[in-house]
Amino acid sequence: MTLMKTKQFEDVCMGDQLPALEIPITVALIAGGAVATRDYFPGHHDKDAAQELGSPHIFMNILTTSGLVQRFVEQWCGPEGRFADLRIRLGAPNYPGDTMMFQGEVTALDASSRTAEVTLKGKNSMGNHVTGTVAVTLP
Amino acid sequence: MSEYDWLSEVRALVGREYGRVYAWDEVNPMMVRQWCEVMGIENPLYTDPEYAKQSEFGELVAPPAMLQPWCLEGLHMNNYPPGSTDENPYEVLGLLEQQGYPSVVAVNSELNFERYLRMGEKLYYTTIIKEVSEEKTTALGTGFFVTQIMPFYSVKEAGDEKVGELLFRVFKFRPAHSKASFENKSAAEKPDATKTDAIPRPYPGISDDTRFFWDGCAKHELRIQHCKSCDALQHPPAPVCSHCQSFDLDYKVSAGTGEIYSFVVMHYPEVPPFDYPNPIGLIELDDGVRMIAGLVGVNISELEIGQRVEVEFTSFDDDLVLPLFRSKSG
Repeated sequence: MTLMKTKQFEDVCMGDQLPALEIPITVALIAGGAVATRDYFPGHHDKDAAQELGSPHIFMNILTTSGLVQRFVEQWCGPEGRFADLRIRLGAPNYPGDTMMFQGEVTALDASSRTAEVTLKGKNSMGNHVTGTVAVTLP
Repeated sequence: MSEYDWLSEVRALVGREYGRVYAWDEVNPMMVRQWCEVMGIENPLYTDPEYAKQSEFGELVAPPAMLQPWCLEGLHMNNYPPGSTDENPYEVLGLLEQQGYPSVVAVNSELNFERYLRMGEKLYYTTIIKEVSEEKTTALGTGFFVTQIMPFYSVKEAGDEKVGELLFRVFKFRPAHSKASFENKSAAEKPDATKTDAIPRPYPGISDDTRFFWDGCAKHELRIQHCKSCDALQHPPAPVCSHCQSFDLDYKVSAGTGEIYSFVVMHYPEVPPFDYPNPIGLIELDDGVRMIAGLVGVNISELEIGQRVEVEFTSFDDDLVLPLFRSKSG
């Protein structure tokens, strides 16, 4: 673990692509993610309740999506990158059996604060589940 | 459009600030480890005390995206820890529910972090209702977007310290689909209708005039319509020769090489199942006709008119074969 390398601000260029990250969407990830984020809203663990709410199956909660976005960006920048903000917008829901593919690129650099902005999207079979930006401060 | 009378009661809550909601638990390594396990986060800063000791914090800290979960009430709705406000910060959602908008989904989460949280910190947040939208209809149903601002604080003897802020937007709506519609679907259509269906590529409309072209694609032949009377080639296929008006048409098989006559790169709106940015070329084949097709294997920043390309037949969704064009290097 301690071998994980963190990008220096000077290592990062505008337009750099983040390594893609594929997330298989499972009942365990959706329900487990909801509980790990203390979100007991029935639509995230109870299929009957989700259908009452107008969805075909349980759907991922936004707090799990935020966690996965942190993972995607942190795996790229390394353990010493520090998150300044994490802004996401949800689109197509993540239902079990689908796969979400994260893509991202560096869209802004601020040398005075050594901060890189990453613009990202996580796409499933129905379109973009999530779009957003993350600002990380680098060593 | 005039609004419902009852909306004035809802709108009166905009700008209102609600009192503190405390966290049940102090920031602690057990909940952090379980959160990291589910998210697949392996940064040792959150779970390995030895590693964390060498960081600028000198000890374990909590993952930033975990900020909001610390203060959620858990299994029992609105069951806030002692010391929390007696008000219901979500009463605006209750009012909308009474008017027949029972469902809710979160659509925006904008987290801003002042600093990382250390183990043992006790958090609370307050809530400000920032905005209630006009009534909107989305694929999910009809309802209202409600935006809340939640500043998060850490309890300190010397004065509580702001640690971050969340802009949270939800859609409170009346569903467009009923549960019965899913049950009917599973019974009637297929055994696993609740599994999501991937969105397929759009299929071409095929007529008697164009069938030879698509049959050719299936055989990986790029067929160009040819006039047997005047020997001209034309594309797209038509019932009649555009040069001599003859109906006596057949086709020639093209070598599938040519150059980019013009191109566009689609960025927005993103329509599934296409990948974006999506480059599309108007290809001038060496045979002399032009054809619109998707471009693959091209570097978008280096696309240019005159670039050499070659057809590449690509299969989609089992039975659709499309002629795409790939950049020919050198």
